[in-house]
Amino acid sequence: MGMTITEKILSRHAGLAEVRPGMLINAKVDIALGNDITAPIAIDAFRKAGGGKVFDREKVVLVADHFAPNKDIDSAEQCKLMRDFALEQKLTHYYDVGEAGVEHALLPEKGIVVPGDLVAGADSHTCTYGAVGAFATGVGSTDLAAAMMTGELWFKVPETMKFVYQGRRRPWVSGKDLILYTIGRIGVDGALYRAMEFTGDAVAGLSMADRLTMANMAIEAGGKNGIFIPDAVTEDYCRNRAERKYTFDTSDPDAKYHSVIAIDVEKIEPQVSFPHLPSNAKGISEVGDVRIDQSIIGSCTNGRIEDLRIAAEVLKGRHIAPHYRLIVIPATPAVYRQAMREGLFDIFLDAGGVVSLPTCGPCLGGYMGILAKGERSVSTTNRNFVGRMGHPGSEVYLAGPAVAAATAVAGRLAGPEQL
Amino acid sequence: MKFRGKVWKFGDNIDTDAIIPARYLNIWDPQGLAAHCMEDADPDFVKKMKPGDIIVGGENFGCGSSREHAPIAIKAAGIACVVAKSFARIFYRNSFNMGLPIFESPDLWGKVKEGDEIEVDADAGQIRLIGSAAARLSIQPVPPFMQELIADGGLMNHITKGRKK
Repeated sequence: MGMTITEKILSRHAGLAEVRPGMLINAKVDIALGNDITAPIAIDAFRKAGGGKVFDREKVVLVADHFAPNKDIDSAEQCKLMRDFALEQKLTHYYDVGEAGVEHALLPEKGIVVPGDLVAGADSHTCTYGAVGAFATGVGSTDLAAAMMTGELWFKVPETMKFVYQGRRRPWVSGKDLILYTIGRIGVDGALYRAMEFTGDAVAGLSMADRLTMANMAIEAGGKNGIFIPDAVTEDYCRNRAERKYTFDTSDPDAKYHSVIAIDVEKIEPQVSFPHLPSNAKGISEVGDVRIDQSIIGSCTNGRIEDLRIAAEVLKGRHIAPHYRLIVIPATPAVYRQAMREGLFDIFLDAGGVVSLPTCGPCLGGYMGILAKGERSVSTTNRNFVGRMGHPGSEVYLAGPAVAAATAVAGRLAGPEQL
Repeated sequence: MKFRGKVWKFGDNIDTDAIIPARYLNIWDPQGLAAHCMEDADPDFVKKMKPGDIIVGGENFGCGSSREHAPIAIKAAGIACVVAKSFARIFYRNSFNMGLPIFESPDLWGKVKEGDEIEVDADAGQIRLIGSAAARLSIQPVPPFMQELIADGGLMNHITKGRKK
């Protein structure tokens, strides 16, 4: 019987001819990733276990992105601990302020993660790399410590849910809208423990940026990983940036799926997920009159150049609502430079917004846009849990860059077509 | 493994931001994290609970971020174990790796109220409701591989032990 792409990548890394859902396997990891929040605990566990040298200094990646540039003394200590470890271990892929960006935007952009890889990252949004056809999943700090030591981790082979997207996208509908709609349909535990395989004519036409956005949010449906079958778009994206040789895997026609879910893309309008779950998705025509105080455009979900271009297209020649805050956060230094060159910064500044340096910052309530009690932000990020972006009495509405930009102009939830 | 304690009940989809809000992620000392355990789900939780108490959650307990700070905070606060209808997968994995005992029981949530006393007997695969009509519920058995992890005292000890062989 055939295997899915997820099963094939896992079997290759476990050195087995085939794997089946439910099997516990020990697999080699191509990349073990940590950040300034999760790495300190991993480094501590690594040292306590007498770790010595990491298994491969080319394959352990550390990125200072969450509370970096250091937001306070405690964050500075955590970043320093990680920096000292990275230098001591002579890690090839250690990224600090100036070179660092939001990790899940940075790694694909630099070609550190390539198709066919198995990536374990101590950050739940590690699943982003499924966009290039890798198996990538979030783990905890202790798992990261184990992976840094041994280059291996145990996994339970997940069942796969196949999502088939058909039809033409409406204007302003992006990968973010498709994934918010999908999570709205299946719920925040709709794919619990499972792989989400994104297929269909409608995803074949999606840019890599849109695919990264969709795979990024697999975790918000409880998924273990999200994955796309590599194709010509993948080849174009990887050709000039991949650091290593890569492998294109595909799912066999007779692969077995937990379920197959068909999604008619033509019906999907720009989405907004209401507080306090990503599954509270509504079409923009159904949102009603909701006053908003702030827009955040950035993050591992939507901080790439394509996202900033969409926001700029909406904001060009317009100004944000009075007493509104628009905060744009290019996800990486390369995105930052490109946006500057294309004149997007002028558009954001002319509209009354600000441009921040690359950081995860406000997405997880760190800094650069924290909310007071009763305040509301529309955000292109990935979670809208209670207190996620500040006071437990504040609210986060998730959307794509088009809605986040249009809302800034309107001062209330709106899509570009409502302006 | 046997735990007897008072129940603190939480609903579905208790996320890691509720268990340990990200504003405290510049802390990694377990006791420092424990001081804010469950803060955004119940601001007074740490003041009310006692060591040995048990958290009973609904579906998808521990969803969201991969932060190990969440099971660390719960364990360091002195919670004996967590029983939920289901767990988010990274939280499930982290709890075993950290040595926080967790158990899946689809039925317990509907049968207990906050303040009830229960006994979780992992070896017998049973939860006993104390004081009420002597109810007993079975819990999902822990897979053998996970039992091995627990027996070795968590993932890092498991690996160190393996290396010495």
